[in-house]
Amino acid sequence: MLVNRKLILAHFWFAFAVFGVALTLGAWQMFIRSPIGTWLSNPELYYRSLTAHGTVMGYVFPTLVAMGFGYAISESALEQRLVGVRWAWTGFWLIVLGSVMAMIPIALGRASVLYTFYPPLIGNLFYYLGVVLVVVGSWIWVALMSINLRVWRKAHPGATVPLAMYANVAGSYLWAWTAVGAALELLLQIIPVAAGLKNTIDAGLARIFFSWTLHAIVYFWLVPTYIAYYTIVPRAIGGRVYSDTMARIAFILFLVVAMPIGIHHTFADPQVGAGFKFIHSAFTALVALPTLLTVFTICASVEIAARLRGGRGMFGWIRALPWDNPMMLALAFSFVMLGFGGAGGLINMSYQLDASIHNTQWITGHFHLIFGGAIVIMYFAIAYDLWPHLTGRELIDLRLIRTQLWFWFVGMIVTTFPWHWVGILGMPRRMAYFDFGDPAIAPQALSVTFSAIGGFILLTSGIMFIVILARGMRAPQADAGAYRFAVAVHQPTTVPVALNTHALWVALMIALTITNYGYPILNLATTAGTSVPAVYVGAQ
Amino acid sequence: MSAEDTHRSVEVAARVERRWAAIAVIIIVGMALLAAFAGIHQATMPQPRVETTDPSRIHLSGEFVESNLGSVLETNGNVTVRAIGQQYSFTPACIVVPVDTPITLRATSADVVHGILIQGTNVNTMLVPGYVSEQLMRFTRTGDYLMPCQEFCSFGHEGMWGKVKVIDKTDFANRAKSGGRLSCVGQ
Repeated sequence: MLVNRKLILAHFWFAFAVFGVALTLGAWQMFIRSPIGTWLSNPELYYRSLTAHGTVMGYVFPTLVAMGFGYAISESALEQRLVGVRWAWTGFWLIVLGSVMAMIPIALGRASVLYTFYPPLIGNLFYYLGVVLVVVGSWIWVALMSINLRVWRKAHPGATVPLAMYANVAGSYLWAWTAVGAALELLLQIIPVAAGLKNTIDAGLARIFFSWTLHAIVYFWLVPTYIAYYTIVPRAIGGRVYSDTMARIAFILFLVVAMPIGIHHTFADPQVGAGFKFIHSAFTALVALPTLLTVFTICASVEIAARLRGGRGMFGWIRALPWDNPMMLALAFSFVMLGFGGAGGLINMSYQLDASIHNTQWITGHFHLIFGGAIVIMYFAIAYDLWPHLTGRELIDLRLIRTQLWFWFVGMIVTTFPWHWVGILGMPRRMAYFDFGDPAIAPQALSVTFSAIGGFILLTSGIMFIVILARGMRAPQADAGAYRFAVAVHQPTTVPVALNTHALWVALMIALTITNYGYPILNLATTAGTSVPAVYVGAQ
Repeated sequence: MSAEDTHRSVEVAARVERRWAAIAVIIIVGMALLAAFAGIHQATMPQPRVETTDPSRIHLSGEFVESNLGSVLETNGNVTVRAIGQQYSFTPACIVVPVDTPITLRATSADVVHGILIQGTNVNTMLVPGYVSEQLMRFTRTGDYLMPCQEFCSFGHEGMWGKVKVIDKTDFANRAKSGGRLSCVGQ
């Protein structure tokens, strides 16, 4: 039952439009820093572009996808009209306004601080205010998801919350809480300085606040992908979810352990002692758990589909899978990239191994593989799956869809594998250009060239994606029926209260954040003399 | 499927799932223990203490005044290197150190966030203004190493490359005889 289709389509279209722009900027950046495109020697333009790319891909695009998908889940899984439609539109327009407000100073070169802000570098006030508006807009969505679930619970006392909605609300709480870190950094530290009320800032403390957001935000990006793994893929390929309980456990584990781990981003920083770094490293290891559980459950669910289609033998069933189904293809690509990216992640979080790759191009390779690869390819799959229900028209050209997914997969591998390699060689990240004439850097030229080629394969794929969706808006009308989610092999008759509600897990999430962050923040906030003069971007 | 069959298949599913979960937990606990062991036994730990310094005064007094930057041979045979990063260079731009010697790198930033990375080694630390970074290092072969700034520090970031020259122990001792702070700049 999708009633507010316009609302959902608005979120998706704005998300994919800004995604298209940011993707183009990304390809351009890779081109000009490679040996094939050294015609541009103005790093200032490069960093404007990098700030725009990161801000859109990090804050605007995934947030809008999660929101649009969340509204669709709320309506179709709960089978009830969305409560608070007017608020939902308000949230949407706040994000549009915030995005435009942030992009103007970036385009003018007044906010080239990258999406991770980097105080004491201080950009134009409107850039930060724009980001704040995007976050505030998304918080409206968080509240609406919670309210809609509450309304449904009242109408269905004691009933089991559908898995998709359970996961969706868990994802929204994760976002609400993780965004608090960056919000504190912006409101307490950066905005007063950008507004000219203060001229010093504690860079170390600001970095700790940001790390609160910086890792859990990845899991917020990941949640729609995992919802698609569990509740869309098995249905689309004609299978069943192996275990509903395991799915719920995976989502609440994300909620609890994804939050208090961000200090692993500051392993090499001087403002936190070794003890808290170790604690965060151990917690980061824990966050691999929900992913390992998911890999098992989804492989088992896929195997069920294959065996229902007549697949036999220990591995023979793999051939029986519906490989011409885009959803199957997207899942397989997503899992391969998640595998490589996850293995890289285990290296990053390792207390000792991190030193070899910290802040090198390896890191860029890692998160592009996870976010740009494993996550975004499932965003495509979600859009393809929802589109006929949102437009009332069929997506006919499955071949084009498969080609698009193949391009994305190949493009991502060609882009990120060389990045991992040059990272190991010690190539720093965020460089506008390299002096390939230097004999010590020259051997990396080939790898950088490959990445640039990968960038253009990705851009081609992105264009194909938008074309497919746009054509889908004008295809012949066809009734797609009700939007359904996958059912479990053994549908739960009763679930434990703890796996049907979120309160316990939200409390744990907050408590763990306080124990893992309370002391480092308090310690830094009370140490005198750590504030340093702000350095205003574009003021020199 | 009869009721009994369903019951059995639920049991099998739960058992397989429990085993997988147990394997996953063992892998993760194993990794954390490995990290703890390596940290304690082989002393590969990040900087334990937090030290602060005022970047607007480092050029006036204290450890990071210009005359105190560079390498110094300590009485116990170890070497201490002091350096600062600022937009968009390191001081000293080229660090000279002896091979096979325990070296302590102490560094800070004079303005924004920078980073020091020595290519081909595991030396990699952030320079955050207001704080002192300390890292232990030891080179096993002589030669020149590139030392780029690894953290975005505004428009000139891509031009911020330092160098480390690792030389023979006796050469270094000879040069250190006259006292003072060494760097390879101007050599």
